[in-house]
Amino acid sequence: MATKSLKGRVHQLAESTRQLDFLKNGIFAPGGLLPTFEEKIKQSQSLPLRPKTLEILQMNLGYMCNQVCAHCHVDAGPDRKEMMSRKTLEKCLQILEKSPVSTLDLTGGAPEMHPDFRWFVAEASKIGVADFIVRSNLTILRANKKYYDLPDFFKAHRIHVVSSLPFYKKEKTDRQRGEGVFSQSVKALQMLNKVGYGMPGSGLQLDLVYNPSGAFLPANQQALENDFKKALKQDFDIDFNQLFTITNLPISRFLEYLIASENYEEYMQRLVDAFNPEAIANVMCTNTLSISWDGFLYDCDFNQMLDLKVASPVQHLDDFDLDQLQNREICISQHCYGCTAGAGSSCQGAVV
Amino acid sequence: MKPSYYQSSDLKKFKNISDWSPDLGKKFFDYYNSVFEEGALSAREKSLIALAVAHTVQCPYCIDAYTQDGLERGVDKEEMMEALHVAGAIRGGASLVHGVQMMDVYEKRSM
Repeated sequence: MATKSLKGRVHQLAESTRQLDFLKNGIFAPGGLLPTFEEKIKQSQSLPLRPKTLEILQMNLGYMCNQVCAHCHVDAGPDRKEMMSRKTLEKCLQILEKSPVSTLDLTGGAPEMHPDFRWFVAEASKIGVADFIVRSNLTILRANKKYYDLPDFFKAHRIHVVSSLPFYKKEKTDRQRGEGVFSQSVKALQMLNKVGYGMPGSGLQLDLVYNPSGAFLPANQQALENDFKKALKQDFDIDFNQLFTITNLPISRFLEYLIASENYEEYMQRLVDAFNPEAIANVMCTNTLSISWDGFLYDCDFNQMLDLKVASPVQHLDDFDLDQLQNREICISQHCYGCTAGAGSSCQGAVV
Repeated sequence: MKPSYYQSSDLKKFKNISDWSPDLGKKFFDYYNSVFEEGALSAREKSLIALAVAHTVQCPYCIDAYTQDGLERGVDKEEMMEALHVAGAIRGGASLVHGVQMMDVYEKRSM
Protein backbone atom coordinates (compact mmCIF):
# COMPACT_ATOMS: atom_id res chain seq x y z
CA MET A 1 0.00 0.00 0.00
CA ALA A 2 1.34 3.44 -0.96
CA THR A 3 2.44 5.71 1.87
CA LYS A 4 2.32 8.89 -0.20
CA SER A 5 -0.32 10.62 -2.29
CA LEU A 6 -0.26 10.40 -6.08
CA LYS A 7 1.01 13.98 -6.02
CA GLY A 8 3.77 13.04 -3.58
CA ARG A 9 4.78 10.18 -5.86
CA VAL A 10 4.66 12.47 -8.92
CA HIS A 11 2.28 9.94 -10.47
CA GLN A 12 0.75 10.93 -13.82
CA LEU A 13 -2.77 10.48 -12.38
CA ALA A 14 -2.04 13.28 -9.90
CA GLU A 15 -2.95 15.56 -12.82
CA SER A 16 -6.72 15.87 -13.16
CA THR A 17 -6.38 16.42 -16.91
CA ARG A 18 -4.77 12.97 -17.21
CA GLN A 19 -7.66 11.40 -15.32
CA LEU A 20 -10.23 13.16 -17.50
CA ASP A 21 -8.39 12.11 -20.65
CA PHE A 22 -8.37 8.53 -19.45
CA LEU A 23 -12.12 8.63 -18.73
CA LYS A 24 -12.88 10.13 -22.14
CA ASN A 25 -10.85 7.69 -24.20
CA GLY A 26 -10.44 3.93 -24.44
CA ILE A 27 -13.77 2.20 -23.85
CA PHE A 28 -15.57 5.58 -23.87
CA ALA A 29 -14.00 6.92 -27.09
CA PRO A 30 -16.43 7.60 -29.97
CA GLY A 31 -17.57 4.22 -31.29
CA GLY A 32 -16.11 2.55 -28.19
CA LEU A 33 -17.44 -0.29 -26.10
CA LEU A 34 -19.49 1.82 -23.68
CA PRO A 35 -21.72 4.91 -23.95
CA THR A 36 -20.49 8.10 -22.33
CA PHE A 37 -22.44 9.37 -19.33
CA GLU A 38 -23.76 12.21 -21.46
CA GLU A 39 -25.10 9.76 -24.04
CA LYS A 40 -26.62 7.61 -21.33
CA ILE A 41 -28.53 10.37 -19.54
CA LYS A 42 -29.65 11.80 -22.86
CA GLN A 43 -31.56 8.53 -23.33
CA SER A 44 -33.40 9.13 -20.04
CA GLN A 45 -34.17 12.78 -20.93
CA SER A 46 -32.07 14.06 -18.06
CA LEU A 47 -29.79 16.25 -20.13
CA PRO A 48 -28.82 18.93 -19.33
CA LEU A 49 -28.48 18.17 -15.66
CA ARG A 50 -29.39 21.27 -13.67
CA PRO A 51 -29.35 22.16 -9.97
CA LYS A 52 -32.46 22.16 -7.82
CA THR A 53 -32.72 24.15 -4.58
CA LEU A 54 -29.37 24.43 -2.83
CA GLU A 55 -29.51 22.46 0.41
CA ILE A 56 -25.93 21.42 1.17
CA LEU A 57 -22.77 23.49 1.33
CA GLN A 58 -19.82 21.14 1.42
CA MET A 59 -16.51 22.73 2.36
CA ASN A 60 -13.26 20.91 1.75
CA LEU A 61 -10.91 22.43 4.34
CA GLY A 62 -7.82 20.88 2.77
CA TYR A 63 -6.24 17.72 1.51
CA MET A 64 -4.02 16.94 4.50
CA CYS A 65 -4.86 13.65 6.18
CA ASN A 66 -3.19 11.30 8.66
CA GLN A 67 -4.16 8.34 6.43
CA VAL A 68 -3.32 7.34 2.86
CA CYS A 69 -6.32 5.21 1.92
CA ALA A 70 -6.02 3.14 -1.24
CA HIS A 71 -9.38 4.33 -2.62
CA CYS A 72 -9.16 8.04 -1.70
CA HIS A 73 -10.78 10.24 -4.36
CA VAL A 74 -9.14 13.31 -2.84
CA ASP A 75 -5.61 11.91 -3.06
CA ALA A 76 -5.26 13.07 0.52
CA GLY A 77 -2.34 12.26 2.80
CA PRO A 78 0.18 13.63 5.26
CA ASP A 79 2.18 15.08 2.36
CA ARG A 80 -0.68 17.27 1.10
CA LYS A 81 -0.35 20.83 2.35
CA GLU A 82 -3.31 22.54 0.64
CA MET A 83 -5.41 24.23 3.32
CA MET A 84 -8.23 26.76 3.37
CA SER A 85 -7.08 30.22 4.49
CA ARG A 86 -8.68 32.12 7.38
CA LYS A 87 -9.88 34.69 4.85
CA THR A 88 -11.68 32.01 2.82
CA LEU A 89 -13.16 30.50 5.97
CA GLU A 90 -14.51 33.94 6.91
CA LYS A 91 -15.95 34.33 3.44
CA CYS A 92 -17.72 30.98 3.84
CA LEU A 93 -19.26 32.20 7.09
CA GLN A 94 -20.57 35.32 5.36
CA ILE A 95 -22.15 33.22 2.61
CA LEU A 96 -23.59 30.78 5.10
CA GLU A 97 -25.31 33.62 6.98
CA LYS A 98 -27.07 34.79 3.83
CA SER A 99 -27.79 31.46 2.11
CA PRO A 100 -30.74 29.13 2.63
CA VAL A 101 -28.67 25.95 3.08
CA SER A 102 -29.90 23.47 5.65
CA THR A 103 -26.71 21.40 5.78
CA LEU A 104 -23.11 22.44 6.26
CA ASP A 105 -20.73 19.58 5.52
CA LEU A 106 -17.03 19.82 6.44
CA THR A 107 -14.71 17.41 4.74
CA GLY A 108 -11.05 17.01 3.74
CA GLY A 109 -8.51 15.32 4.09
CA ALA A 110 -9.02 15.20 7.80
CA PRO A 111 -10.79 18.51 8.51
CA GLU A 112 -9.84 18.27 12.20
CA MET A 113 -6.18 18.82 11.22
CA HIS A 114 -6.92 22.32 9.97
CA PRO A 115 -5.44 24.79 12.49
CA ASP A 116 -8.61 26.92 12.41
CA PHE A 117 -11.00 23.96 12.59
CA ARG A 118 -12.27 24.58 16.11
CA TRP A 119 -12.59 28.31 15.59
CA PHE A 120 -14.55 27.76 12.40
CA VAL A 121 -16.87 25.14 13.92
CA ALA A 122 -17.61 27.45 16.86
CA GLU A 123 -18.39 30.38 14.54
CA ALA A 124 -20.42 28.36 12.05
CA SER A 125 -22.48 26.70 14.75
CA LYS A 126 -23.59 30.18 15.94
CA ILE A 127 -25.25 30.67 12.55
CA GLY A 128 -27.48 27.70 13.27
CA VAL A 129 -27.73 25.45 10.21
CA ALA A 130 -30.11 22.56 10.81
CA ASP A 131 -27.53 19.87 10.12
CA PHE A 132 -23.82 20.56 10.74
CA ILE A 133 -21.75 17.60 9.53
CA VAL A 134 -18.08 16.87 10.16
CA ARG A 135 -16.66 13.98 8.15
CA SER A 136 -14.16 12.28 10.41
CA ASN A 137 -11.87 9.44 9.45
CA LEU A 138 -12.03 8.30 13.13
CA THR A 139 -8.31 7.55 13.52
CA ILE A 140 -7.60 11.28 13.80
CA LEU A 141 -9.36 11.17 17.20
CA ARG A 142 -6.61 8.78 18.32
CA ALA A 143 -3.69 10.23 16.36
CA ASN A 144 -2.48 12.70 18.96
CA LYS A 145 -3.42 13.77 22.48
CA LYS A 146 -4.49 17.15 21.16
CA TYR A 147 -7.41 15.43 19.41
CA TYR A 148 -8.57 13.27 22.32
CA ASP A 149 -11.17 15.82 23.43
CA LEU A 150 -12.76 16.12 19.98
CA PRO A 151 -15.80 13.97 20.92
CA ASP A 152 -16.62 16.49 23.69
CA PHE A 153 -15.99 19.38 21.30
CA PHE A 154 -18.32 17.84 18.72
CA LYS A 155 -20.95 17.31 21.40
CA ALA A 156 -20.68 20.90 22.63
CA HIS A 157 -21.48 22.15 19.13
CA ARG A 158 -24.10 19.46 18.35
CA ILE A 159 -22.06 18.28 15.37
CA HIS A 160 -23.39 15.44 13.25
CA VAL A 161 -20.42 13.08 12.95
CA VAL A 162 -20.13 11.04 9.74
CA SER A 163 -17.28 8.55 9.89
CA SER A 164 -15.66 6.21 7.42
CA LEU A 165 -15.58 2.53 8.26
CA PRO A 166 -15.44 0.29 5.19
CA PHE A 167 -16.13 -2.90 7.11
CA TYR A 168 -16.86 -4.26 10.56
CA LYS A 169 -13.79 -6.49 10.50
CA LYS A 170 -10.10 -5.77 10.53
CA GLU A 171 -8.86 -7.33 7.30
CA LYS A 172 -10.96 -5.46 4.76
CA THR A 173 -10.70 -2.17 6.66
CA ASP A 174 -6.92 -2.29 6.99
CA ARG A 175 -6.40 -3.33 3.37
CA GLN A 176 -8.26 -0.23 2.22
CA ARG A 177 -7.23 2.29 4.86
CA GLY A 178 -3.90 1.08 6.26
CA GLU A 179 -2.55 -1.29 8.88
CA GLY A 180 -3.96 -0.65 12.34
CA VAL A 181 -6.78 1.61 11.13
CA PHE A 182 -9.53 -0.79 12.20
CA SER A 183 -8.45 -1.10 15.83
CA GLN A 184 -7.98 2.68 16.14
CA SER A 185 -11.36 3.27 14.48
CA VAL A 186 -13.01 0.96 17.00
CA LYS A 187 -11.44 2.87 19.88
CA ALA A 188 -12.53 6.18 18.35
CA LEU A 189 -16.11 4.93 17.95
CA GLN A 190 -16.09 3.83 21.59
CA MET A 191 -14.90 7.35 22.57
CA LEU A 192 -17.78 8.86 20.58
CA ASN A 193 -20.29 6.44 22.15
CA LYS A 194 -18.96 7.33 25.59
CA VAL A 195 -20.00 10.98 25.24
CA GLY A 196 -23.37 9.92 23.81
CA TYR A 197 -22.82 9.80 20.05
CA GLY A 198 -24.93 7.12 18.38
CA MET A 199 -26.69 6.33 21.64
CA PRO A 200 -30.49 6.11 21.67
CA GLY A 201 -32.16 9.29 22.85
CA SER A 202 -28.97 11.38 22.94
CA GLY A 203 -29.77 13.39 19.82
CA LEU A 204 -26.09 13.08 18.92
CA GLN A 205 -25.99 11.64 15.42
CA LEU A 206 -23.17 9.24 14.51
CA ASP A 207 -23.37 7.78 11.02
CA LEU A 208 -20.92 5.47 9.30
CA VAL A 209 -19.84 5.42 5.68
CA TYR A 210 -19.26 2.14 3.87
CA ASN A 211 -17.07 2.07 0.74
CA PRO A 212 -16.58 -1.26 -1.01
CA SER A 213 -13.03 -2.47 -0.42
CA GLY A 214 -12.40 -3.36 -4.04
CA ALA A 215 -13.77 -3.28 -7.57
CA PHE A 216 -17.40 -4.01 -6.76
CA LEU A 217 -20.58 -2.12 -5.93
CA PRO A 218 -22.13 -1.74 -2.49
CA ALA A 219 -25.04 -3.99 -1.55
CA ASN A 220 -28.39 -2.84 -0.25
CA GLN A 221 -27.78 -0.08 2.31
CA GLN A 222 -30.33 -1.36 4.84
CA ALA A 223 -29.03 -4.94 4.72
CA LEU A 224 -25.44 -3.77 5.25
CA GLU A 225 -26.52 -1.44 8.07
CA ASN A 226 -28.14 -4.42 9.82
CA ASP A 227 -24.94 -6.46 9.44
CA PHE A 228 -22.76 -3.59 10.70
CA LYS A 229 -25.01 -2.94 13.70
CA LYS A 230 -25.12 -6.58 14.72
CA ALA A 231 -21.37 -7.15 14.35
CA LEU A 232 -20.17 -3.90 15.94
CA LYS A 233 -22.52 -4.33 18.90
CA GLN A 234 -21.61 -7.97 19.41
CA ASP A 235 -17.84 -7.62 18.98
CA PHE A 236 -17.14 -4.14 20.38
CA ASP A 237 -20.34 -2.87 22.06
CA ILE A 238 -20.50 -0.03 19.54
CA ASP A 239 -23.71 1.82 18.63
CA PHE A 240 -24.30 4.10 15.68
CA ASN A 241 -27.28 5.59 13.88
CA GLN A 242 -27.19 5.05 10.11
CA LEU A 243 -24.91 3.48 7.56
CA PHE A 244 -24.38 5.28 4.26
CA THR A 245 -23.20 3.19 1.32
CA ILE A 246 -21.01 5.09 -1.14
CA THR A 247 -19.86 3.72 -4.47
CA ASN A 248 -16.19 4.25 -5.28
CA LEU A 249 -15.87 6.61 -8.23
CA PRO A 250 -13.18 5.90 -10.83
CA ILE A 251 -10.96 8.88 -10.09
CA SER A 252 -7.68 9.57 -8.32
CA ARG A 253 -6.31 6.70 -6.21
CA PHE A 254 -9.27 4.40 -6.87
CA LEU A 255 -8.67 4.92 -10.59
CA GLU A 256 -5.01 4.09 -9.99
CA TYR A 257 -6.08 0.87 -8.25
CA LEU A 258 -8.53 -0.06 -11.02
CA ILE A 259 -5.89 0.36 -13.70
CA ALA A 260 -3.09 -1.38 -11.78
CA SER A 261 -5.31 -4.36 -10.90
CA GLU A 262 -6.69 -4.57 -14.46
CA ASN A 263 -10.22 -4.06 -13.16
CA TYR A 264 -10.94 -0.74 -14.89
CA GLU A 265 -12.90 -1.96 -17.92
CA GLU A 266 -14.99 -4.51 -16.03
CA TYR A 267 -15.72 -2.02 -13.24
CA MET A 268 -16.86 0.63 -15.70
CA GLN A 269 -18.97 -1.96 -17.51
CA ARG A 270 -20.54 -2.86 -14.16
CA LEU A 271 -21.33 0.79 -13.43
CA VAL A 272 -22.84 1.31 -16.87
CA ASP A 273 -24.91 -1.90 -16.65
CA ALA A 274 -26.18 -0.82 -13.23
CA PHE A 275 -27.19 2.68 -14.44
CA ASN A 276 -30.46 3.55 -12.75
CA PRO A 277 -32.50 6.37 -14.33
CA GLU A 278 -34.27 6.88 -10.99
CA ALA A 279 -30.97 7.74 -9.32
CA ILE A 280 -30.26 10.58 -11.72
CA ALA A 281 -33.19 12.55 -10.28
CA ASN A 282 -31.58 12.56 -6.84
CA VAL A 283 -27.85 12.86 -7.47
CA MET A 284 -26.19 15.07 -4.90
CA CYS A 285 -24.78 17.58 -7.39
CA THR A 286 -28.35 18.86 -7.86
CA ASN A 287 -28.62 20.14 -4.28
CA THR A 288 -24.99 20.64 -3.26
CA LEU A 289 -22.21 23.14 -3.79
CA SER A 290 -18.66 22.08 -3.07
CA ILE A 291 -16.04 24.64 -2.05
CA SER A 292 -12.35 23.89 -2.38
CA TRP A 293 -9.56 25.00 -0.03
CA ASP A 294 -8.74 27.87 -2.40
CA GLY A 295 -12.33 29.11 -2.64
CA PHE A 296 -13.40 27.73 -6.02
CA LEU A 297 -16.87 26.29 -6.54
CA TYR A 298 -17.76 22.83 -7.85
CA ASP A 299 -20.88 20.72 -8.36
CA CYS A 300 -19.53 18.07 -5.98
CA ASP A 301 -16.36 16.96 -4.19
CA PHE A 302 -15.54 14.57 -7.05
CA ASN A 303 -15.70 17.34 -9.65
CA GLN A 304 -13.48 19.36 -7.34
CA MET A 305 -10.82 16.66 -7.48
CA LEU A 306 -11.07 16.61 -11.29
CA ASP A 307 -10.86 20.42 -11.30
CA LEU A 308 -14.20 20.66 -13.12
CA LYS A 309 -15.26 24.06 -11.81
CA VAL A 310 -18.93 25.04 -11.99
CA ALA A 311 -20.02 25.99 -15.51
CA SER A 312 -21.00 29.50 -14.49
CA PRO A 313 -19.61 33.03 -14.73
CA VAL A 314 -19.39 32.67 -10.94
CA GLN A 315 -16.62 30.24 -10.15
CA HIS A 316 -15.16 31.59 -6.93
CA LEU A 317 -16.42 32.55 -3.48
CA ASP A 318 -15.28 36.15 -4.07
CA ASP A 319 -18.00 36.50 -6.74
CA PHE A 320 -20.62 34.33 -5.02
CA ASP A 321 -24.09 34.87 -6.47
CA LEU A 322 -26.53 32.07 -5.78
CA ASP A 323 -29.08 33.13 -8.40
CA GLN A 324 -26.46 33.02 -11.13
CA LEU A 325 -25.10 29.71 -9.88
CA GLN A 326 -28.53 28.12 -9.95
CA ASN A 327 -28.72 28.74 -13.70
CA ARG A 328 -25.73 26.57 -14.48
CA GLU A 329 -25.50 23.18 -16.11
CA ILE A 330 -23.80 20.53 -14.00
CA CYS A 331 -20.45 19.31 -15.33
CA ILE A 332 -20.42 15.59 -16.06
CA SER A 333 -18.03 12.92 -17.19
CA GLN A 334 -17.80 9.14 -16.96
CA HIS A 335 -17.04 9.19 -13.21
CA CYS A 336 -20.70 10.24 -12.73
CA TYR A 337 -21.74 6.67 -13.47
CA GLY A 338 -20.63 5.94 -9.88
CA CYS A 339 -23.47 8.07 -8.49
CA THR A 340 -26.19 6.52 -10.67
CA ALA A 341 -25.38 2.81 -10.34
CA GLY A 342 -27.87 0.59 -8.54
CA ALA A 343 -29.47 2.44 -5.64
CA GLY A 344 -27.34 5.48 -6.47
CA SER A 345 -24.65 7.02 -4.33
CA SER A 346 -24.00 10.33 -2.61
CA CYS A 347 -22.26 11.71 0.46
CA GLN A 348 -25.59 10.93 2.19
CA GLY A 349 -25.55 7.34 0.94
CA ALA A 350 -27.96 5.63 -1.46
CA VAL A 351 -30.40 7.98 -3.21
CA VAL A 352 -33.13 5.57 -4.41
CA MET B 1 -14.62 -22.15 -32.67
CA LYS B 2 -13.84 -20.22 -29.53
CA PRO B 3 -10.46 -20.99 -27.95
CA SER B 4 -12.19 -22.42 -24.89
CA TYR B 5 -15.56 -24.02 -24.12
CA TYR B 6 -15.99 -21.40 -21.37
CA GLN B 7 -15.82 -17.62 -22.07
CA SER B 8 -16.21 -15.24 -19.12
CA SER B 9 -17.94 -12.79 -21.44
CA ASP B 10 -20.70 -15.40 -21.97
CA LEU B 11 -22.00 -14.80 -18.43
CA LYS B 12 -23.48 -11.51 -19.59
CA LYS B 13 -25.31 -13.39 -22.34
CA PHE B 14 -27.12 -15.70 -19.92
CA LYS B 15 -30.41 -13.90 -20.57
CA ASN B 16 -30.07 -14.77 -24.28
CA ILE B 17 -31.27 -18.31 -23.54
CA SER B 18 -34.74 -16.75 -23.65
CA ASP B 19 -34.30 -15.87 -27.32
CA TRP B 20 -35.09 -19.37 -28.53
CA SER B 21 -37.75 -20.08 -25.92
CA PRO B 22 -39.18 -16.81 -24.55
CA ASP B 23 -41.95 -18.32 -22.42
CA LEU B 24 -39.78 -20.87 -20.67
CA GLY B 25 -36.96 -18.32 -20.40
CA LYS B 26 -39.27 -15.82 -18.70
CA LYS B 27 -40.60 -18.46 -16.33
CA PHE B 28 -37.08 -19.52 -15.42
CA PHE B 29 -35.78 -16.00 -14.74
CA ASP B 30 -38.90 -15.00 -12.80
CA TYR B 31 -38.43 -18.09 -10.67
CA TYR B 32 -34.68 -17.46 -10.34
CA ASN B 33 -35.20 -13.87 -9.19
CA SER B 34 -37.90 -14.90 -6.72
CA VAL B 35 -35.66 -17.57 -5.22
CA PHE B 36 -33.00 -15.01 -4.29
CA GLU B 37 -35.32 -12.48 -2.67
CA GLU B 38 -35.27 -11.94 1.09
CA GLY B 39 -37.38 -14.62 2.74
CA ALA B 40 -37.07 -16.98 5.67
CA LEU B 41 -33.41 -16.94 4.63
CA SER B 42 -31.71 -13.60 3.98
CA ALA B 43 -30.48 -12.77 0.48
CA ARG B 44 -26.98 -12.86 1.98
CA GLU B 45 -27.44 -16.43 3.25
CA LYS B 46 -28.85 -17.48 -0.11
CA SER B 47 -25.83 -15.97 -1.83
CA LEU B 48 -23.52 -18.13 0.29
CA ILE B 49 -25.59 -21.26 -0.47
CA ALA B 50 -25.39 -20.38 -4.17
CA LEU B 51 -21.62 -20.04 -3.90
CA ALA B 52 -21.29 -23.46 -2.31
CA VAL B 53 -23.58 -25.07 -4.88
CA ALA B 54 -21.70 -23.31 -7.68
CA HIS B 55 -18.56 -25.14 -6.59
CA THR B 56 -20.39 -28.43 -6.26
CA VAL B 57 -21.73 -28.23 -9.80
CA GLN B 58 -18.40 -26.69 -10.86
CA CYS B 59 -20.00 -23.88 -12.84
CA PRO B 60 -17.36 -21.20 -13.56
CA TYR B 61 -20.02 -18.63 -14.43
CA CYS B 62 -21.78 -19.18 -11.11
CA ILE B 63 -18.50 -19.10 -9.16
CA ASP B 64 -17.64 -15.74 -10.76
CA ALA B 65 -21.14 -14.35 -10.22
CA TYR B 66 -21.57 -15.44 -6.61
CA THR B 67 -18.07 -14.48 -5.50
CA GLN B 68 -18.79 -10.97 -6.74
CA ASP B 69 -22.28 -11.06 -5.28
CA GLY B 70 -20.82 -12.09 -1.92
CA LEU B 71 -18.26 -9.28 -2.02
CA GLU B 72 -21.04 -6.78 -2.65
CA ARG B 73 -23.07 -8.17 0.22
CA GLY B 74 -20.14 -7.84 2.62
CA VAL B 75 -19.38 -11.56 2.82
CA ASP B 76 -15.76 -12.01 3.84
CA LYS B 77 -13.29 -14.63 2.69
CA GLU B 78 -13.57 -16.73 5.85
CA GLU B 79 -17.32 -17.05 5.33
CA MET B 80 -16.87 -17.90 1.65
CA MET B 81 -14.28 -20.57 2.39
CA GLU B 82 -16.44 -22.10 5.16
CA ALA B 83 -19.32 -22.33 2.69
CA LEU B 84 -17.02 -24.15 0.26
CA HIS B 85 -16.00 -26.61 2.94
CA VAL B 86 -19.65 -27.38 3.53
CA ALA B 87 -19.90 -28.19 -0.19
CA GLY B 88 -16.66 -30.17 0.02
CA ALA B 89 -17.81 -32.09 3.09
CA ILE B 90 -21.13 -33.05 1.49
CA ARG B 91 -19.43 -33.93 -1.76
CA GLY B 92 -16.74 -35.97 -0.01
CA GLY B 93 -19.30 -37.46 2.34
CA ALA B 94 -21.45 -38.49 -0.60
CA SER B 95 -18.54 -40.56 -1.90
CA LEU B 96 -17.56 -41.96 1.46
CA VAL B 97 -21.07 -42.93 2.53
CA HIS B 98 -21.13 -45.26 -0.46
CA GLY B 99 -18.33 -47.04 1.32
CA VAL B 100 -21.05 -48.73 3.32
CA GLN B 101 -22.27 -50.33 0.10
CA MET B 102 -18.72 -51.34 -0.74
CA MET B 103 -18.27 -52.85 2.69
CA ASP B 104 -21.59 -54.74 2.44
CA VAL B 105 -20.70 -56.23 -0.96
CA TYR B 106 -17.19 -57.08 0.24
CA GLU B 107 -18.48 -58.86 3.34
CA LYS B 108 -21.24 -60.65 1.45
CA ARG B 109 -18.88 -62.06 -1.14
CA SER B 110 -16.15 -62.95 1.28
CA MET B 111 -15.79 -66.13 3.35
